Amino acid sequence: MTLLRILGCDPQYDPRQTCCGQPAFNAGYHTDARLVAEHFVEVFKDAEEIVSLSGSCATMVKVFYPQMELTGALSETVGGITSKTFEITDYIVNQLGVTDLGLTYTGRVAYHDSCHIMRELRIVDEPRKLLRSVKGIELIELDLADRCCGFGGLFATKFPDISVAMGEEKLESIQRAKVDLVVGCDNSCLMHLQGLADKRGVNLKTKHIIEFLGDLIK
Amino acid sequence: MNLRASQFKANARIAAQDTGLRSKVKKATGTALTKRKQTVDELPEWESLRQQGHDIRKEVVDNIDRYLRSFTDAARLNGAIVHHANEHNDATKIIYDIIRRVSANSVVKSKSMITEELHLNRMLEENGIRVIETDLGEYIIQLAGETPSHITAPALHKSKEDIARLFQEKLNISYTDDPAVLTAVVRKRLRDEFLNTRVGISGVNFACADTGTITIIENEANARLCTVLPEVHIAVMSIEKIIPSFDDLSLFLKLLSCSASGQRMTSYVSMINGPRSSHNPDGPRQLHVVILDGGRRQLAKHPAWKEALYCIRCGACLNVCPVYQSVGGHVYGSVYPGPIGSVLTPTLFDMKEAQDLPFASSLCGACTDICPVKIDLHHHLLWERREVVDRGYKSFTEKIAMAVWRWMMLSAGRVEFAGRLGWLIQKVFGKNIPAPGWTPRRRFPALARRSFRSIMKREKNNDG
Ligand code: SF4
Repeated sequence: MTLLRILGCDPQYDPRQTCCGQPAFNAGYHTDARLVAEHFVEVFKDAEEIVSLSGSCATMVKVFYPQMELTGALSETVGGITSKTFEITDYIVNQLGVTDLGLTYTGRVAYHDSCHIMRELRIVDEPRKLLRSVKGIELIELDLADRCCGFGGLFATKFPDISVAMGEEKLESIQRAKVDLVVGCDNSCLMHLQGLADKRGVNLKTKHIIEFLGDLIK
Repeated sequence: MNLRASQFKANARIAAQDTGLRSKVKKATGTALTKRKQTVDELPEWESLRQQGHDIRKEVVDNIDRYLRSFTDAARLNGAIVHHANEHNDATKIIYDIIRRVSANSVVKSKSMITEELHLNRMLEENGIRVIETDLGEYIIQLAGETPSHITAPALHKSKEDIARLFQEKLNISYTDDPAVLTAVVRKRLRDEFLNTRVGISGVNFACADTGTITIIENEANARLCTVLPEVHIAVMSIEKIIPSFDDLSLFLKLLSCSASGQRMTSYVSMINGPRSSHNPDGPRQLHVVILDGGRRQLAKHPAWKEALYCIRCGACLNVCPVYQSVGGHVYGSVYPGPIGSVLTPTLFDMKEAQDLPFASSLCGACTDICPVKIDLHHHLLWERREVVDRGYKSFTEKIAMAVWRWMMLSAGRVEFAGRLGWLIQKVFGKNIPAPGWTPRRRFPALARRSFRSIMKREKNNDG
């Protein structure tokens, strides 16, 4: 919020909001997903622009809402919702045209590409641009940068062993990069990686990019 | 079809913890991916080639009956004997009858996924016919009494040390893990088989509808030998192997060899137009082409599922899939593992049996990005999940859980309440309370005392 205000926006928070419906959608429960999606559309239909801190939720709205059969008038509203929803780094870089926030940080940081952001929304450079603009930062590319961390929503609990195996590969890639801070645009992936690192006693901190940048402002 | 897909969950659990298997699969897929990337990077037109490939495959699948007729006519004109098999059993029976008619009691065989789908080897062996696999990978698998774990590299789950031990035990040779020596051993043993066996069986990579040409690509020349040395060559294919024209072949050879092995062209490309004749004195006396439907015509009519029939079996989606890399191919319990296997097995064979496969993906989309014919693989998995739920295959508990979740998500107040409750539980019982499916190997994050929602509300009230 602070960051958006500094950038000249007037962000509003509608407390009625809950969820975009993705968990049910990905689990195959379309009716449940549709009802929750309709709640989302109802809450957000009058917003000028919608900015999401989760690339995955933004994907749900932008990519999958158009494929859902919303009922009644909402089916017409959805097109508008889709085009005015943005993932936050995409919004800052491409809508606000800001790439340099004038911040400073000393240390090695790796950026984690979350799959939905990278492959569904094709947002790859935007977060990197914001990070690179931070003075003193050493932005490291992981050797397995384009590999999924294994979270995958309910997949992580339905197939915990595969999910953990995938996470271990990612964690090893992070360790090879010798970074102790990983920044990403989706808290869910970061929570998975952080949980895995904590359990294994690996010294790693994960932060959402906005949390990271926001902390530098203070 | 013999499926064991219902055991996916249990088998994947074991495989995911087998770090030895994981490192072998990782190494082999990693090498294939690196080579592929090098070659594709040299082709600036790659994306447009993929689109062309997609469009042509769509054209064929949408008009499968017409192309099948035209291929059959052209192949017959070339002198091939064409057989159509509706069911898997029909195909194996046709093949068995051809072998019996020439009184052969053994066959040499090159690598073919469709014969795996038919479980042909087992059937022939049960009927007293010896099957000699001649592709090195298949030879290894046959010797080990296993099934392929990958569609282009059947023995991908074996290290060279595994193979050395296998050869030592089964072929009575002294231990060596030198690939050149091991290959030479196989080559020597196979030479006599090629010369003395009267029936050769192969798969087909592409069948041209206009000229009736069947094309087989490979790197070991064993398929070439299987198709020219024996008196009778039986080529086995499924209906969707057809491409419209001979002119399309160069495109598909490029897409397939780049994606499968990072080669612009494989070492051997056999284009077979017919049996031996007065103006073509080489090759077998008889050429049989056995074409299997096996549920595909039905699948081709489905507006979404039909896309899986565009597949040219390059195996790239397996290589790039982090799930496949973690568990290997056997656990899928289907002839076709990996992303394409998870997409195809439920729709082509048995959705109830294979209901876990569409869920066994983090939906990362790496498969879709690599597929040379642009099959929307990971979105197919999503649509199939919906089908599994709509057919009522899910447990009662899961349905109730989903209904509760929905009930909560329809009201911000209930979400807020659940958040506080979660925080309270953590506060009372400590941060390490177990969450099934999560905590055994990952730590659960600490829940915030105050939600973003309540912070925002308070901020607003203060402003106001
Ligand atoms: S689905 Fe695509 S990537 Fe996978 S094997 Fe088939 S053609 Fe290759």
